[in-house]
Amino acid sequence: MLRNTKVMNRFDLTQLLVAKLKDEAVVGGIGYSNFDLWASSAGRPQNFYMLGSMGLAVPIALGVAIAQPRRKVFALEGDGSLLMQLGCLATVAARAPRNLAIVVWDNGAYAITGGQATPAAQAGTDIVAIARGAGIARSNWASDEAEFEALVEQALAGDGPWLIAARIDGQPAARQTPRDPVLHRQRFMQGMGVREG
Amino acid sequence: MDRHPPESRPEAAADWPDRLYDLLRTHGIRQVAVVPDAGHARLIRRCLADAEMKVVPLTTEEEGIALLQGAWLGGEKGVLLMQSSGVGNCINMLSLGITHRTPMPMLVTMRGDFGEFNPAQVPMGSATQAVLEAIGALVRRADRPEDVVPTADATIRLAFNTFRPAATLIGQRVIGAKTFGKD
Repeated sequence: MLRNTKVMNRFDLTQLLVAKLKDEAVVGGIGYSNFDLWASSAGRPQNFYMLGSMGLAVPIALGVAIAQPRRKVFALEGDGSLLMQLGCLATVAARAPRNLAIVVWDNGAYAITGGQATPAAQAGTDIVAIARGAGIARSNWASDEAEFEALVEQALAGDGPWLIAARIDGQPAARQTPRDPVLHRQRFMQGMGVREG
Repeated sequence: MDRHPPESRPEAAADWPDRLYDLLRTHGIRQVAVVPDAGHARLIRRCLADAEMKVVPLTTEEEGIALLQGAWLGGEKGVLLMQSSGVGNCINMLSLGITHRTPMPMLVTMRGDFGEFNPAQVPMGSATQAVLEAIGALVRRADRPEDVVPTADATIRLAFNTFRPAATLIGQRVIGAKTFGKD
């Protein structure tokens, strides 16, 4: 399955994702994952941007999903970041939040630090196989843009947890997220309806 | 993790774990992130039995910091229960709470602290308070059973009123040094 998937572009796919969203939460992982989220939808108050803490997009999104069970929550995470915190897939599987969807951008590299290959790239590690093995049954590769959109629609319509993996190219993000953690926190909490303006 | 039920140990007669549970209820804690530890076993069991508390067992303490971040972002209060060795796993991740001004209360049971028998527990046990303070967390210690609840109460208040990571270290003297029959 991994070898039959098209190599896509993170910014394109992020745009396709946010175009389908209403009030769903999105947690953008460290680096280009959150940069492209900002580039695609800077005005969305339901977006949270991670400036550090590599590997924690999924467990942050899990905390939001548990706190707000009626809201769908997406975590956007790079393959290198997820590799740092693979145990979180078992944590998610055990908790089985119906409202959580994990999107993994897999370029087999630490793009922001110069494109060094991950160990997984050299080993041919299959993120979806890992996720299924961890107990997240609804884990799939998106073979092209159309299937990515279809998988996002399934995640929006049905019960998860979901994991959607997409092979992507090595392009840098379209823009950089401003590095103001208090702004991101405040805006997101307003977007979640737990903070007044 | 302790293979002996804590209730079977004589020092467990002190009821501070039950009063810690009451304290979490009083503060409206809803998400309880846990990496199991013998010192917290009774508290974890009480939380698991509470339908209003969402106990999330973790694979590493780092996830707990993230869970506290997500809980707060989503409008819920959380707490992280862990052993001192787990503090070492969290240090970089605590930058989340520092930079985003997020309340992150931690209740830490100490090892390598008082009467420890395992050499492997001593380096991190000795460093726990120093590294937490170095990253910017507020740290208070409880070394007598009667101090545990007031200190944890102060930590939870510090975390939620001043928007930062804060920890209570529950001394090994309170929990009782494990010996695994080596005494």
